[in-house]
Amino acid sequence: MIEKTVAELYSALNSGEISSVELTQAYLDRINRYNETLNAFITVSDESALSKAKQADALRAKGDSSPLLGIPLAHKDIFCTEGVKTTCGSKILHNFISPYDATVVTRFNDAGAVMLGKTNMDEFAMGSSNETSYFGPVRNPWDTERVPGGSSGGSAAAVAADLCAMATGTDTGGSIRQPAAFCGVTGFKPSYGRISRWGMIAFASSLDQAGPICKSAEDAALMLNAMAGLDTKDSTSADVDVEDYTAGLDNSLEGLRIGLPRQHFAEGLSADVEQAVRDALRVYEKLGAELVDIDLPNNHLSVSAYYVVAPAEASANLSRFDGVRYGYRCEDPVDLEDMYKRTRSEGFGEEVKRRIMVGTYALSAGFYDAYYRKAQKIRRLIKNDFDAAFKDVDIIIGPTSPHTAFKLGAKTDPVAMYLEDIYTIAVNLAGLPGMSVPVGLADGLPVGMHMVASDFAEAKLLNVAHQFQKNTDWHRQRATAFTEGQ
Amino acid sequence: MEWEAVIGLEVHVSLSTQSKLFSGTASIFGADPNTEANIFDLAMPGTLPVLNEEALRMAVKFGLSIDAEIGKRSVFDRKNYFYPDLPKGYQVTQLDFPTVGKGSLTINLEDGSERVIGVTRAHIEENAGKSLHEDFHGMSGIDLNRSGEPLLEIVSEPEIRNATEAVAYLKKLHAIVRYLDISDAIMAQGSMRCDVNVSIRPKGETELGTRTELKNINSFRFVEKAINSEIQRQQDLLEDGGKVVQETRRYDAERDTSSPMRSKEFANDYRYFPEPDLLPVEIDDTYIEAVRATLPELPDARKARFVSEYSLSDYDAGVLTASREMAEYFEAVAKASGDAKLAANWVTGDLQALLNKNNWELTQSPIQADRLSVLIKRIIDNTISGKIAKTVFDAMLEDSASVDEIITAKGLKQVTDNGAIESLVDEVIANNPEQVQQFRDGKEQVLGYLVGQAMKLSQGKANPGQVNQMLREKMK
Repeated sequence: MIEKTVAELYSALNSGEISSVELTQAYLDRINRYNETLNAFITVSDESALSKAKQADALRAKGDSSPLLGIPLAHKDIFCTEGVKTTCGSKILHNFISPYDATVVTRFNDAGAVMLGKTNMDEFAMGSSNETSYFGPVRNPWDTERVPGGSSGGSAAAVAADLCAMATGTDTGGSIRQPAAFCGVTGFKPSYGRISRWGMIAFASSLDQAGPICKSAEDAALMLNAMAGLDTKDSTSADVDVEDYTAGLDNSLEGLRIGLPRQHFAEGLSADVEQAVRDALRVYEKLGAELVDIDLPNNHLSVSAYYVVAPAEASANLSRFDGVRYGYRCEDPVDLEDMYKRTRSEGFGEEVKRRIMVGTYALSAGFYDAYYRKAQKIRRLIKNDFDAAFKDVDIIIGPTSPHTAFKLGAKTDPVAMYLEDIYTIAVNLAGLPGMSVPVGLADGLPVGMHMVASDFAEAKLLNVAHQFQKNTDWHRQRATAFTEGQ
Repeated sequence: MEWEAVIGLEVHVSLSTQSKLFSGTASIFGADPNTEANIFDLAMPGTLPVLNEEALRMAVKFGLSIDAEIGKRSVFDRKNYFYPDLPKGYQVTQLDFPTVGKGSLTINLEDGSERVIGVTRAHIEENAGKSLHEDFHGMSGIDLNRSGEPLLEIVSEPEIRNATEAVAYLKKLHAIVRYLDISDAIMAQGSMRCDVNVSIRPKGETELGTRTELKNINSFRFVEKAINSEIQRQQDLLEDGGKVVQETRRYDAERDTSSPMRSKEFANDYRYFPEPDLLPVEIDDTYIEAVRATLPELPDARKARFVSEYSLSDYDAGVLTASREMAEYFEAVAKASGDAKLAANWVTGDLQALLNKNNWELTQSPIQADRLSVLIKRIIDNTISGKIAKTVFDAMLEDSASVDEIITAKGLKQVTDNGAIESLVDEVIANNPEQVQQFRDGKEQVLGYLVGQAMKLSQGKANPGQVNQMLREKMK
């Protein structure tokens, strides 16, 4: 039962095959059994989960059949949850209990979903391997010597090992899609503004976007139905109508034009990953789609531009962690400056400090034009590339990551780590919807396929992904080490 | 050498919106510490700003009132610095695209002349909280009630030439924002604050000298003193062959001196960049025109109207329109009493003297417009003389009874009865045969003395016109 998709669990709950309490207990048991190995959860809230499950069962007994009622989920620990520890993977918030719920959390609560706990992540979502977490690295269920990807590594690993039915993630440069690829699950980053950022701890405000990490495109659609929509508490949330994202899943792909960026099938891409993606493209051809080579000429500038804009915004966003009002404060500060310096030096990890320094530098007097302003111009060029491409094609497809999951500790050079997101980052800079779906295994490790659509074309993206999953079963593959008890 | 000063002012006024600039918290002066601060004001992780549209509307209103260019696209920026009373670690303000661009206002000087002072810009920003350094056993307390309150920072061109003009400029701004009802602008409470940039140069020189910035000035009077003391300091320095250092100085009103602030307190690279949590604010002509339609009559227009409508002198009209309250008070009295000239005399004379003497605001006056109108009406209808009216006015301060009750109770009603006046006049003629003879001999001036005697006899209550007339008749 625990391996089922949300759509399948919905039927099982409705038919009475299983109750939400039983299902919740089953996941809690698995968390209890495997979390020590995987380290996917920072906080498990068994009591409140079971009581919420009980409520869900009672509601269902009264005839409520909301799509997510009683479905157990996990929230990335970047989302504020009232009365529950919210750490953002950092020592500086290791003891922070949020006084309020993020809008995403509220929406899942209102939909009747059951929160099992909070998942591990790279500190402040800064990382591509989950190794920067103060709470230790998450392990990839497919090979526990390997990273799950990051920053939403805890959520991806939890979904992949069936420790929950679905999970939330956030994606600033690839933080949903890359771990989804590494863990063999479905990860969806909506258009910027599609989902409220209220209560989602900010890394880079103009790039951050919440999204689903789950077992199928259909589940992503169900989750998006709950998450998407205007929120007056977030000025950047988009006033664009929310469709029923499940409605168009079965639309035909006949005549669909798929763009393949030459820059994404070039040097640096490992052969086995390319092979898996090319095989998936065959499936689309059979479904009537047409493959077109396209160019994203400024793609090579995306990582550089990103590593100016994101750290710049982060350097200001993280200023509030100063030891004054909440979170970690150093012992016995002698004066204000000492308190600031030691609180932040001791409270933040290396990668976070590195990015604060890079961002501070980029915004400094005399450097602003050369870095921040220039990066914003590049951002415009990148968006123009996509706009031009979408005049010709409906969807852009490529690999999510140049390779499969790497070993823990394998990447020590920060720049090498930054290049992990070479295919995904441009999508955040352009604010577009993107997703990763599993399309095969290479040496026993999952390969993710990256798909991008135009602004607010979420439904199209989900339709294209769902049609693939209807005709293949890569999304059903599980790591054998964690299949016990299914 | 003769020197001239170049002065520019940066004035912050708190906008009197119901709630803060980016959060729904009420902004109330004087609440218990940290009771007016919600999760956003505390900069809890994950919280986001939402612009209070009322603050934008008020800024546009101000811009229109000084004929300024209105920014159709204003952009908020983050100004980064660490301080415990700045919870986010950055202040949200407007750097390159303020809501209000170039404008100007006319200042009125005491010699009756006017000058136009350019306004460079006015931008919307959020206030910081307050650090409290006493009563915490060597630690500091933080009060975030004020944190996030909307401010409008109004920056003048460096066109002010001396302390008097600076005060006139401030008073004009004060009047305008109060006429617009967008700020209380009370310097003592900090809802209007002023930083002053001062430099001096030899008269005739076009290059600007090195400027200093004075902070911590909290009254009109101190603005004047601080500027004069800084001009003198710079002058002494330059005349002794020294150099002015560009720095920020804290003014100490008690000692009338200033001292440099520690460099740490201001020497920051603020690393401004556009606030990514807020979209640029776009407004169109329809919006601007709708705001324009809500503009009240402003001080200059009202002054001109008072001159033409009530035949007041420029000076009186200027005094009466210097504050909205005073203008409204005057106009109420003028209308209710039916005599604008008398109303103006009373408001600028006895009433103003009363306020000055007690250091009262107009609203604190025990004599409100309706009572003063009745008093003036009683002068017009000859119930009392102008002189007796001053006695009644004084009595009104102590007594909340109506004007008529006071007149009756104190027996101050004017004597207009011909018989009573005739007996007064007869008595005066009988008692002053010498003066009567002088008058009859053609010495007109004596009449005044005789009228005075009659008034004295009546304890001021006799109608002086009638006394005058009857004396003339009887001495024919």
